Amino acid sequence: MSASGDRAGEQPRAPRGPAGPIPAARAIDRLASSVREAAITAALAFGLFLPLIGFETVTNMRNEVTLKTRWPLLFAITAAVAIGRLAYMLTLGPALGRRRLRAAPAPSAWRARAGGLFVPFAIALVVLYPALVIVLNGSSGALKWIDNFGIQILIYVMLGWGLNIVVGLAGLLDLGYVAFYAVGAYSYALLAKTFGLAFWILLPLAGILASFWGILLGFPVLRLRGDYLAIVTLAFGEIIRIVLVNWVDLTNGYAGIGGIPRPTFFGIPFNAGDDGFAAVFGLEFSPLHRTIFLYYIILALALLTAYVTVRLRRLPVGRAWEALREDEIACRSLGINTTNTKLTAFAMGAMFAGFAGSFFAARQGFISPESFTFIESATILSIVVLGGMGSQIGVAIAAVIMIGGTEIMRELDFLKDIFGQTFDPTQYRMLFFGLAMVVIMVVRPRGLISRREPSVFLRERKTISADLVKEGRG
Amino acid sequence: MEVFLQQLINGVTLGSIYGLIAIGYTMVFGIIGMVNFAHGDVFMVSAFVALIAFLVLTAWAGISSIPIALLIVLAAAMFFTSLVNWVIERVAYRPLRGSFRLAPLISAIGMSILLSNFVQVTQGPRNKSIPPMVQGEIVLYRHNDYPVTLSYKQLIIWFVTAALLVSFWYLVARTKLGRAQRACEQDQKMAALLGVDVDRTISMTFVIAAALAAVAGTMYLMYYGVVSFSDGFVPGVKAFTAAVLGGIGSLPGAVVGGLLIGLIETFWSAYFSIDYKDVAAFSVLAITLIFLPQGLFGRPDVEKV
Repeated sequence: MSASGDRAGEQPRAPRGPAGPIPAARAIDRLASSVREAAITAALAFGLFLPLIGFETVTNMRNEVTLKTRWPLLFAITAAVAIGRLAYMLTLGPALGRRRLRAAPAPSAWRARAGGLFVPFAIALVVLYPALVIVLNGSSGALKWIDNFGIQILIYVMLGWGLNIVVGLAGLLDLGYVAFYAVGAYSYALLAKTFGLAFWILLPLAGILASFWGILLGFPVLRLRGDYLAIVTLAFGEIIRIVLVNWVDLTNGYAGIGGIPRPTFFGIPFNAGDDGFAAVFGLEFSPLHRTIFLYYIILALALLTAYVTVRLRRLPVGRAWEALREDEIACRSLGINTTNTKLTAFAMGAMFAGFAGSFFAARQGFISPESFTFIESATILSIVVLGGMGSQIGVAIAAVIMIGGTEIMRELDFLKDIFGQTFDPTQYRMLFFGLAMVVIMVVRPRGLISRREPSVFLRERKTISADLVKEGRG
Repeated sequence: MEVFLQQLINGVTLGSIYGLIAIGYTMVFGIIGMVNFAHGDVFMVSAFVALIAFLVLTAWAGISSIPIALLIVLAAAMFFTSLVNWVIERVAYRPLRGSFRLAPLISAIGMSILLSNFVQVTQGPRNKSIPPMVQGEIVLYRHNDYPVTLSYKQLIIWFVTAALLVSFWYLVARTKLGRAQRACEQDQKMAALLGVDVDRTISMTFVIAAALAAVAGTMYLMYYGVVSFSDGFVPGVKAFTAAVLGGIGSLPGAVVGGLLIGLIETFWSAYFSIDYKDVAAFSVLAITLIFLPQGLFGRPDVEKV
């Protein structure tokens, strides 16, 4: 499939316009090869989708599985794939082939200046976001936008930045990150319910407990190589989840823990009573107050994560992380204690997951093991990878696109008018998630933002294209 | 004693299925050094293809002879699953060959999510169950009214697995393709210089891996009679554990590892706690990787500068 696509790309560009007509023979040749490619693609797509799209297994009233056919859908998809392939071959394919041959252009001064302004602008935007939403939507419509979009996205931004320390800086692929998130959430839920401790005391405690677990689980496995480490962390993540499911006395199993105390405004609860937030400050009671307060908590926590990471990169330990990512053997021969260095990265990442977890429990008021499945780990990892490992701006942008994008899918009711009332766009969330991971890996394996700012430099600061960076064995 | 014997039979059956999937992991890892995370979901897709083929045969074509139906189902599952894996390798892994270390793994994780959700969207989220294909059992031994039985479907699984392993061994050890595979495993550049088509060999490796996973998927469907879109993940991780336990890259290791994992899981469920049976498999994975990273039959991993 791709072989002849590349060949088409190497052909010299056909001259256009009055300078000279397109050589007819070559054009016909290209059309013929494109049609042939499209036909092969169509045949493949037909074969691929024949069993799973051509037939539908339906469970009937007597609980028997019966078959229904979906030939129109199968043919429509096959035709769409063939037409897409043909269009690609005739238009984009050659152009992309040419682009691959050219060297990547150097970043312009304009882009550098815009990049410098981006961060302050973005921070100002997120700080003013609740006010903006209230102005645009009124206070009743604003709740959904602050809660579903603002808080939800910021939780993932924070988790992404936390995992970025482990994956992006230290180069350790962690597929069980959600375990530490779970530890934080259950620590807060259980300690707050059992001992009645306040959110602000339990927040650091949850972080400490999570990083303790990070050290405990990290210690035996950190000498493994990249993909083995990934699988072991996955196994640990699953073990913690299975324990949460089965240790019913402590965690209440699948039923989860409800009625978790919500955070207070430094001791003033958000309720309609006389000592509530609204009464004390002389405002009219609104559930929006708590949501806005939670929004600013998670914003502060996320910015704290980012700030700590930026500072850590300039400390010896941060430099050791990045050195370790590039070449572990060189690090060891320079006298860096690789186990300790990896452990600090693991513990640091776990601590931020613990913070985020306790925030999550406080925000939801209810937690169950369902929230801490492998898919969550994969989601966070994909945000880090798609953003560009090590790039904090990239991770934030990826979180906005991936989480915001999937939340937006809940809002797309007009699609029901096109595809019929049974069409539910939220079903396709994870499908697009997986697809996006594969496509972005193939198109931009280094993520959206693949340049790296060095923290140490000689005379002038140059950004390094990540293609030049060698990933070590981490 | 009776319980032990019965669990031994059940464990070997389960282990055969894991072993067939584990070969796919170990082959792909051996040849291109990547953990094919989507392999478990390829197995799940094959079980669905088998389910649909079985329904087409029995409900529409009206084939009542179970052995013929089973053979056709097996062939259909192997064909379509191989096609799926061939396409996956072309679109998701081949462009990333030579890219940075974690890129293929992440692409494979994306593919795994894509496959399971594709099946969820197209076939619905509910469990799909079929009436038992094969019934009946042989009572091997009876003691105090506790019979030790070997069901016909277990017998079929043993037989099919053994037959496939023999033909697979022949393929790897005696044919031109097998020789090319072993050459690519040792040194891809040298193999290419000597006229081995490396791309084609890798493609064929994925096809064979998928065909074996499809056999496992068909056997799984026949044995349990139920499949759902999320059934790829846990068997996938367990089969990977089996591959690691046997020594990743080693083909006999994958089979032995699969049998061991099947036995450990069955005995754990029988004697300790069925709730924590997945914990047993995951712990074996962690313990093996920490203390015996080269596995039972693998070569130690030499670190080069």
